[in-house]
Amino acid sequence: MSSESVEEYLEAIYGFNEQGELARNQELSEKLKVSPPSVTQMIKRLADEGLVEYEPYRGACLTGKGMALAQKVVRKHRLIERFLYDFLKLPLEKVHAEACRMEHGVSDEAAVALCKAMNNPETCPDDDPIPECPLNVESCGECEEAREAAGPEHPLTTQLSNLKPGEEGRVTFIRGGRQASQRIMDMGLTPGTYVKMVKAAPFKGPVEVEVRGTSLALGRGLANHVFVNVEDEGKPWLRAHPHGPHHGAAPH
Amino acid sequence: MSERKLKVALAGNANVGKSVIFNQLTGLHQHVGNWPGKTVERAEGTLFFGDIEIEVIDLPGIYSLSTYSIEELISREYIAVEQPDVIVNVVDASALERNLAFTVQLLELEPRMVVALNQIDVAESKGVIVYTEELSRLLGVPVVPTVAVKGAGLSELMERVVEAAGKREKAKPREYGTEIEEQVNSIASMIEAETPYPRRWIAVKLLEGDEEITAAVYGQQPDLRAEVDDAVATIEEIHSHDISSVIASERYALASAFAHESSSHVVPERGIREALADATTHPVWGYIFMTASILTIFFVIFSFGDWLAGALDEAFTVVKMVYFNALGSGSAATFIWDAVIDGFIGGVVVALPYIGPFYLVLSVLEDSGYLARVAFLMDSAMHAIGLHGKGFIPVMLGFGCNVPAVLGARIMETERERLICAFVASLVPCAARSIVIMGLVASYVGFRWAMLLYLIDFVLIFVLGRIAYRVAPDEPVGLIMEIPGYRLPSLRTTAQRTWFRLRGFVFEAFPIMIAGNFVIQVAAVLGVLGVVEEWMSPVTVGWLGLPSAAGVVLIFGVLRKELTLILLGSLLGGNDFSLFLSPVQMFVFAFVVMVYVPCISTVAALVKEFGYRAAAAISTAEIFTAMLLGGVILRVLLALGLP
Repeated sequence: MSSESVEEYLEAIYGFNEQGELARNQELSEKLKVSPPSVTQMIKRLADEGLVEYEPYRGACLTGKGMALAQKVVRKHRLIERFLYDFLKLPLEKVHAEACRMEHGVSDEAAVALCKAMNNPETCPDDDPIPECPLNVESCGECEEAREAAGPEHPLTTQLSNLKPGEEGRVTFIRGGRQASQRIMDMGLTPGTYVKMVKAAPFKGPVEVEVRGTSLALGRGLANHVFVNVEDEGKPWLRAHPHGPHHGAAPH
Repeated sequence: MSERKLKVALAGNANVGKSVIFNQLTGLHQHVGNWPGKTVERAEGTLFFGDIEIEVIDLPGIYSLSTYSIEELISREYIAVEQPDVIVNVVDASALERNLAFTVQLLELEPRMVVALNQIDVAESKGVIVYTEELSRLLGVPVVPTVAVKGAGLSELMERVVEAAGKREKAKPREYGTEIEEQVNSIASMIEAETPYPRRWIAVKLLEGDEEITAAVYGQQPDLRAEVDDAVATIEEIHSHDISSVIASERYALASAFAHESSSHVVPERGIREALADATTHPVWGYIFMTASILTIFFVIFSFGDWLAGALDEAFTVVKMVYFNALGSGSAATFIWDAVIDGFIGGVVVALPYIGPFYLVLSVLEDSGYLARVAFLMDSAMHAIGLHGKGFIPVMLGFGCNVPAVLGARIMETERERLICAFVASLVPCAARSIVIMGLVASYVGFRWAMLLYLIDFVLIFVLGRIAYRVAPDEPVGLIMEIPGYRLPSLRTTAQRTWFRLRGFVFEAFPIMIAGNFVIQVAAVLGVLGVVEEWMSPVTVGWLGLPSAAGVVLIFGVLRKELTLILLGSLLGGNDFSLFLSPVQMFVFAFVVMVYVPCISTVAALVKEFGYRAAAAISTAEIFTAMLLGGVILRVLLALGLP
């Protein structure tokens, strides 16, 4: 499967999950203009790759890995929309389609630069939130330096709260106030530590995670401060662009 | 041989069996109170080991020595300033890595130290075997394996403590990576400021940007700041993480290395504990189980409390008869009874029957590990009133009696959360207020109106909770806590802890209740109440539309709210309230009684936990709210055309 169509699927599923809904095959097929059987087939493959969890007859939701990848693409998409709308003054109804074509060709590094150039916008022109910056920075002042250190492609990171039960990740950094991050680290969630999601309480309640052989409960707010790397160790697992940003885009 | 005295402090994470060790060591020779001016329990006790008198202090269970919580501040100050002869670091063998991260921090304070490697039986059942000699070599301090619930290893522990106290040398900090160690040492060598802490520790805290330490050191030595900033920049440059992450990681790296080198681990089969742990935080079964347990707790606390209160009341009626038979019913005898003895009886009858079982249940909830699960399940609901999940237990207890609710607020981490929690809990309609609501509004006006009162109260709790959340100083903290494995609480520890907490409550809160009663009774005898009633009448009669007798009733209601009904009846001359009060007046009166001020026992609990100022602020806020809204409700009801 092409990485581009994977990205399109993840992006679409993200859209549903963002509203608090599972993505149903029927709705995905309408949104992506693909036949229902191929949606079914693709969802199964995404599930095999560990990118989505699929509940038969109910729909799909992103795993932590799937979320990390989706956040990356959605972030690019919405940043590009912002750029097209604010700077190039394209009409609102045209920016979405344009961004859909451009998002797959932009490197992670360029996306961060675009974000900085637009002063870290919070929403796209449709007022949907742009996923948070995945780099270890406290403010935009550290952007260039962090961008330099991270290179053209960034590792797959997402907030700890996005992991699904049983999923593991490695803490990369903690964003947020000094007190909160100190507290989180005091309990053992220091950068580099492996952490496993055990369960999440309903109604956006806290999450229970396993770290250093003990169980911790973290309020959802705090779990949103902790960024984890969800790439499989050793294999630089499904990258959006296996051959770098200039890999020829498939015809659209 | 002359008698020696030693001072020993127990330090360690929460849920490691520290209190069990404390109770095993000190038995009935202990005193439980609060740290001066703090909502933190301070448990001290003594034991005799041979001819040595050992004074033991149980420091709060904490995970770090930063300034995040009051417990952490208290602990580090105590260790540095009071300089106990030996620190016993209680370590949970079944969660070695996380526990050792705190051990690493303790070592940085360079005390004389002995490690009690506790719960080795639990560790073994989890498949963890710890090699104590190896661990001792790595830490550079003696390590004694213990199973505190059975008392195993404790006399060896004390032998090592006595030995350690006799030695000159102290614990040495374990070293971080060289690039950090260099910076730490160079800063340490430049420190000239006077503090009770070791230099290396100060240097580390300066690098971490610890508020208290930076303020103290830079105050004396302002030029040091630039050096520290340079060192921080150097370290952050190397590690590309901010300095607090780097140092926390270093400590955990040490802890992790020590844990791996000194223990082996096989994954055991899942047992009943794990299955129970899963079920009790299940999104469906967890809530069902929780509701059932809470109802049971309620039933146990309040049915036992009611029974005991009734029995005590009867007993005191007999005492009262004997008293008046012996002394006659002259005014002096009556005054002494009403002003002095009755205050004491009020405390015994009203507060103790509910607080005893409450302390018992709280202790079991904490030790068994269930409290953490309840907090986990209720976190998102409690956020609605500005608290996190742990606040659920005290607030829920408030429905029975506000006193245990206020005392239970200490399970929150920071002074800010505790105060908000106690404030919210003091607004919850307790059983006594329910008596007034039911006895007056439900019976005379209608059940739906009584429900409306509860509804208004919940809205009030929500709104005032949000306001308190906004105005309270410091930043709010989210829920972060360990979820300990399930354990059977030790009977002995539970009983001892309940007893000593209860005794502490009697000593601290009873004087306030007795004094409050005394003041009101003296005022009654001197005829001041009539004046106060007149003075209050613009509010009670003018604004609230109540009969003027309500003024005195409300004053006495501070002592015991459930008595307001009886008192009102006797002042108005009968027990059929429909003859003297309109439905609207009943509703307004019940509302005011519900909100106006926590009763004297609750105020006493607030004073005990938060001091006079906070107690006064909460009481004032509630009186003001009750009076203001009472008048508003009156006018709304009248405008709606109700009689």
